Amino acid sequence: MSTPSTHVVDTVENAAATPEREQPYAALGLKTDEYQRIREILGRRPTSGELAMYSVMWSEHCSYKSSKVWLRQFGQKVSPEMTKNLMVGMGENAGVVDIGEGWAVTFKIESHNHPSYVEPFQGAATGVGGIVRDIISMGARPVAVMDALRFGAIDHPDTARVVPGVVSGISFYGNCLGLPNIGGETWFDPIYQANPLVNALAVGVLRHEDLHLANARGVGNKVVLFGARTGGDGIGGASILASESFDEGSGRKRPAVQVGDPFMEKVLIECCLELYRGGLVEGIQDLGAAGISCATSELASNGDGGMHIVLDEVLLRDPTLTAEEILMSESQERMMAVVAPDKLEGFFAVTSKWDVEASVLGEVTGTGRLVIDWKGETIVDVDPRTVAVDGPVYERPVAYPTWIDHVNADSASALPRPAGGAELEAQLLTLLGSANLADKSWVTSQYDKYVLGNTALSYPDDGGMVRVDEGSGLGFALATDANGRYCYLDPYRGAQLALAEAYRNVAATGAVPAAVSDCLNFGSPENPEVMWQFSRAVEGLADGCLQLGIPVTGGNVSFYNQTGDVPIHPTPVVAVLGTIDDVGRRVPSGWQDAGDNLYLLGTTALELDGSAWAGVVHGHLGGLPPAVDLDAEKNLAELLAAAAHEGLLAAAHDLADGGLAIALAEGVLRFGVGARVFLDELIARDGVDLATALFSESSGRVLVAVPREEDVKFTRLCEGRGYPVLRIGVTDSVAALELQGEFTLAVDDLAQTFREPLRTHFA
Amino acid sequence: MPARIGVVTFPGSLDDRDAQRAVRLGGGEPVALWHGDHDLQGVDAIVLPGGFSYGDYLRCGAIAAHSPIMSEVIDAANKGMPVLGICNGFQILVESQLLPGGLIRNDHGDFVCRDQRLRVENASTAWTSGFTEGDEIVIPLKNGEGGYIATEETLDRLEGEGLVAFRYLDVNPNGSLRDIAGLTNELGNVVGLMPHPEHATEPGFGPDMPEAMRSGVDGLTFFQSAVEAVLARV
Repeated sequence: MSTPSTHVVDTVENAAATPEREQPYAALGLKTDEYQRIREILGRRPTSGELAMYSVMWSEHCSYKSSKVWLRQFGQKVSPEMTKNLMVGMGENAGVVDIGEGWAVTFKIESHNHPSYVEPFQGAATGVGGIVRDIISMGARPVAVMDALRFGAIDHPDTARVVPGVVSGISFYGNCLGLPNIGGETWFDPIYQANPLVNALAVGVLRHEDLHLANARGVGNKVVLFGARTGGDGIGGASILASESFDEGSGRKRPAVQVGDPFMEKVLIECCLELYRGGLVEGIQDLGAAGISCATSELASNGDGGMHIVLDEVLLRDPTLTAEEILMSESQERMMAVVAPDKLEGFFAVTSKWDVEASVLGEVTGTGRLVIDWKGETIVDVDPRTVAVDGPVYERPVAYPTWIDHVNADSASALPRPAGGAELEAQLLTLLGSANLADKSWVTSQYDKYVLGNTALSYPDDGGMVRVDEGSGLGFALATDANGRYCYLDPYRGAQLALAEAYRNVAATGAVPAAVSDCLNFGSPENPEVMWQFSRAVEGLADGCLQLGIPVTGGNVSFYNQTGDVPIHPTPVVAVLGTIDDVGRRVPSGWQDAGDNLYLLGTTALELDGSAWAGVVHGHLGGLPPAVDLDAEKNLAELLAAAAHEGLLAAAHDLADGGLAIALAEGVLRFGVGARVFLDELIARDGVDLATALFSESSGRVLVAVPREEDVKFTRLCEGRGYPVLRIGVTDSVAALELQGEFTLAVDDLAQTFREPLRTHFA
Repeated sequence: MPARIGVVTFPGSLDDRDAQRAVRLGGGEPVALWHGDHDLQGVDAIVLPGGFSYGDYLRCGAIAAHSPIMSEVIDAANKGMPVLGICNGFQILVESQLLPGGLIRNDHGDFVCRDQRLRVENASTAWTSGFTEGDEIVIPLKNGEGGYIATEETLDRLEGEGLVAFRYLDVNPNGSLRDIAGLTNELGNVVGLMPHPEHATEPGFGPDMPEAMRSGVDGLTFFQSAVEAVLARV
């Protein structure tokens, strides 16, 4: 038990009277010049409450101070094509896209990397919880989640701690919320050993008229905090403030990682949706990072600019919390609403129906100030925009990496390639049984993919797909992609390759790509070489989106991902959302019937640099990643959408890691229906050897299965669009993958190799 | 007049809207019931849907079993009204002692979601009369605590009286004793099972079948059976 608090409240009056008092700003993560700026803004020293607010809101995580100057490109490189269906763009809790028939979709991907390393289960669970609250706060019903995961080496002892924790955390929280998990990625690489990446995506749907924004408008409207009570979890820096001024150590024992309660969040979802239906809220904001500090300052900044809060009204789980701790607590499952006084009664009727606790903290004012009282005295009196909007902005130094020319010169083209059938067969199996290409169903079978009854596609198909309208069949598809190895070799091209792959994956399901959310995972921004990687990746993404004509609607930046001094590979995870008129026309990634023709769309070049083949077979990472042609990708996507719309495709599978060899194996494994493949014509047309034809990772390629009766229509469609196409095989009732003249692999053998790695290490 | 089938929503229910959809697809009229009410709104049959009622705190289904509406549900069940408990609903039926035994954490410790083959062991209940005994069906399963347990004596009695309604085939996904996936009561009006029939009612959104992906609709028979049972009683 802690001793009774002797904490003296640091009021605004007190702060003005004691300018000389030393404050622990450095321990809270503020630089000396930042602290000085706060003093200039206020014309006095900040109170400890104000210091708490500024320190969290000006943190890298909340303020984007190192990335802002680069992220502006997403707002500048915009064409009318990109904005025509955009209802809400970057800067809100999540972007909103009009998908037609009066429906809109909102989606966002966000990182929860560091908490998931410290405490994998709760870190990952609350990552899901946080992103889902962003979706609720737009007025939408959350309908699905996805996750993009990066772990250290599959056989490292610590990976055996992190992976099961993260997977069960996502499983626990997502399943208890009743949200289907429709896909994602799981990668292993030693570069993420002490810094796994847990990027969670959530997507929601709403009718156009249900859109809500985080605004505190209307002087006299009430500010209501509802949901879980506020406790001492998730307080990082606030404990420093607390222990500076009173009993040493009591704060330090509190967990810095938040603890999630998905049941509370599920009830909160239903409660919020009922509040929206009743027209009972004027503005709403979820509480995530920086808790009440963030919610009050952002709501006030986005509205009429003033708010008066009585902090004593916050319902507490732990009555010994100090004001600073209450301001900074990141307790989960809380929301803040702005409610008109005459609707307060209706509001409380709904919250009590759902047994959700709520309390009025204060009201919207016209003063332009955010004023917070505690025990009858004023402890915060600031211009909210200086906290939430006008934080510091840094032009971090950028330096071209000293090592990169050397790495780029070391091409995988020089590595020995397999010649005969036996060697090709062995390398295909080696790749298929490698950690990154192996079956991920050990992970995905722990996620509910059925709940809500609208899942049309999920893992292992190229993208997840969800029906939005039960009458018309209108729906959306989503895919996430990133290849850190490519980005290490060339962050500009690597980011574009991630964008192109996610875009192609969505197109392969039969949907039309419409919007992007990204989660940019990088090392320290204070490292000029990392900053160069970041700047190049953002530029690549912004240029790429402009060329493809799809907007970035939001996302998140995660810096300081490194093990010791070694930064992770730059890992910009790109999520692409697409729309489809009728999910009944969706296309799976593998064929279900024998006798279909297999076609390869696109051409193959000698592009083995950064490939899975180079990495797995030779332990090699060097050269330059495959070329990107976004105009070709656009043409390909339009071709696929047209073919899917006309029902010409039995299957479509994007070629990516592991090239054609892995795409064929996965196509066979999807439903256990075999294939006979002949590549002589491809080799002659593209001027490559057989190993390159199988393992090269040239972009712009998709493997499709076409029923015989649709053959003529399909080839005419390809000719009409001028996209390269070649028949390379047929699907077969013999359950095997046969590469004519080279090898035949039984489906059962492929399946065993494919399934073994994750089950061996984690089951 | 169509059969009116109530679907109870508890705080933390997740598949309640899916059960309502399945009722509709099965030819019934879904009626939303609220856990806090004491009113069954004159329904002809009741579904307790899947989810994590009350966060599954204490034990799965334990708190929901004491919800206000459950006293009416228990009365109606004892008087012969068809009641189906799916997953969490099965746990609630067991906690309410409408069905015997208990459900515990899966033996392997993980949540599992899979397309599960089942054998219909009793085709004379209100919810299975559309099947034939011995039918093999595919129904999605998704749970963390689906391991069925009971005393040897109870298990022998259940087997002897033909009260095992469904048994797992191929794989026992959670360590259930004697591969029990679902049970019925002596009257045959109450059925509980861990797999989710409401997720095998609509082509395109059901389990994968040998003929085509996501085409499984074996679950539809549950709801059609109940509709017929209700109409037969009138």
